[in-house]
Amino acid sequence: MLAKRIIPCLDVKDGRTVKGTCFVNLREAGDPVELAKAYGEQGADELVFLDITASHEGRKTFTNMVTRVAEELSIPFTVGGGVQGADDVARLLDAGADKVSINSSALCRPELIDAISGRFGAQVCVVAIDARPVESGGWECYVNGGRIETGRDLFAWAHEAQERGAGEILFTSMQHDGSRCGFANVALAELSERLRIPLIASGGAGCMQDFADAFNLGKADAALAAGVFHFGDIAIPQLKSFLTQQNIPVRL
Amino acid sequence: MQIAVVNYHAGNTKSVLNALHRVGANPVLTEDPALITTAAGVILPGQGEASHAMQQLRESGLVEALLGLRQPVLGICIGQQLFCERSEEGGSEEGDTTCLGIFPKAEVRHFNAVSSDPNLKVPHMGWNTLHQLRSPLFRGVAEGAYAYFVHSYCVLPTQDTCAVCEYGGVRFSAAMQRGNFYATQFHPEKSGAVGEQMICNFLSLCHD
Repeated sequence: MLAKRIIPCLDVKDGRTVKGTCFVNLREAGDPVELAKAYGEQGADELVFLDITASHEGRKTFTNMVTRVAEELSIPFTVGGGVQGADDVARLLDAGADKVSINSSALCRPELIDAISGRFGAQVCVVAIDARPVESGGWECYVNGGRIETGRDLFAWAHEAQERGAGEILFTSMQHDGSRCGFANVALAELSERLRIPLIASGGAGCMQDFADAFNLGKADAALAAGVFHFGDIAIPQLKSFLTQQNIPVRL
Repeated sequence: MQIAVVNYHAGNTKSVLNALHRVGANPVLTEDPALITTAAGVILPGQGEASHAMQQLRESGLVEALLGLRQPVLGICIGQQLFCERSEEGGSEEGDTTCLGIFPKAEVRHFNAVSSDPNLKVPHMGWNTLHQLRSPLFRGVAEGAYAYFVHSYCVLPTQDTCAVCEYGGVRFSAAMQRGNFYATQFHPEKSGAVGEQMICNFLSLCHD
C-alpha cells in the first residue's frame, strides 16, 4: 500500500538551516547535510531544501550543498528557491536533486512548468504554492516568499499547474505556517479532490495529531514540516508509530 | 571489480553513482559498448521517456551490446520498462514503442489504461510495499518492505516477475528477473537501507 509521506523541510540561508514563523524571525537550526543524514536515518520519507532568500534577493541556489546532500542521502529530495528557468533545473538535477520546486517563477511565467516537465519529466516538477484565505472566501496565491499578492485563485492555479505538467503540488497555507495550530485541512481536502497529482500539505504542524488530520481530513498524500522536527518537538519514529496506530499507512 | 553504469542521456545517473559509491563499489559512467561488455556488472538507470530512451540506445549502438551481456545486468525504473517487449509510452498510431524484448510478453501500460479508478493520482509516487519476493536481489529483504517508486507506466506481471506491488487496484511488476537480467520498477538508489541492501545483493552477484 502506498504510504503517506513525512517530509521535513529545511529552509536554507547562507548554507545554514533556519526556520521562520510566518516567514520572518529566522532562527538557526543546523547544518543542512548533517540534518539531512539524521532525518534519513530517523525514517523521513523525503526531504525538501528551500533556499528561502534566493527568490527575494535573486540569488542562485546552492549547488554545492545539493551535491553534498546527494552523496550522503539515500532517500529522495527536492530543491527549491530562486529557480528561474530550465537551465537552473538542469544544474540542480545534475548536482543530484531528484525534484525541483518552483513557486514565484511559475506564477510569473506558467509556461516554465511545461518547459521543465517536457524536458525532465513531470515527476521532477513540484509546483509550490503559498496562499492565504481572502475575506470574500477562497484562497489567493502569493509570490516572493509571501510578500506579494497575485490575485490568482489557489484552486485555479493548482489546476493549471497540473494541466501544464506539474508532478506534485506543495501547498503552504501562509495563515497556518508557523502557527502550530494544524494544517489547512478544509482547503487541502478541496485541493486533493480536484487534483489528479499528489498533494503535499505544508504549514501549521504543531503536534502528531495534526499530521493524522492532514491525511484523514485534508486527504493529503504527504505532510511537510520544519520547526517541529528541527527543534525536536516531534521525533519521526514516534510520529510514524502514532500514525500507524491510527491506521494511516506509513513506511516504518 | 568494475560496474558500468550506462550513460544514454536519458536517465538520472548521478543518484545511482552516488549509491554505488556509498556501498564502496567502483562504478564507471560510460556509453562505450566495449567497456560495458567487459564490466563485471552493468546498470541501466532510469527516468525519462521510453521512445526517447530507446532512440538514444540505438543511436549509441548499445542495443546489441546490452542484448549480448552475460554478466549481471540491473535495469532501474525506465530500465525495467526498456527490458520489456513494448511500451505504450511514446507510441504512435502505428503501434507501441518497441523495446529490448528481454522479458518476453511483458508490456508497459499507463496506469490510467489499466486501473479501474478514474480518480487515480498519477504518477505513482512515493513509498510502496513489495510482495512475493523471489530473486537473489531480495536476500535479507522482508516481505512487505517499502521501496521508492516514481512512474506513470507499469509492467503487468509475467512469468519473469519476481516482486509485485499494488497501486490503484493494479498489481504490477515491482521487479523482474530472467537469467542474468534483473530489473526494478522502484529506485533502489533512493530506497534507504532496503535499497542499499538490494544494491549490495546485486553487487554480490557480479564477479570479475
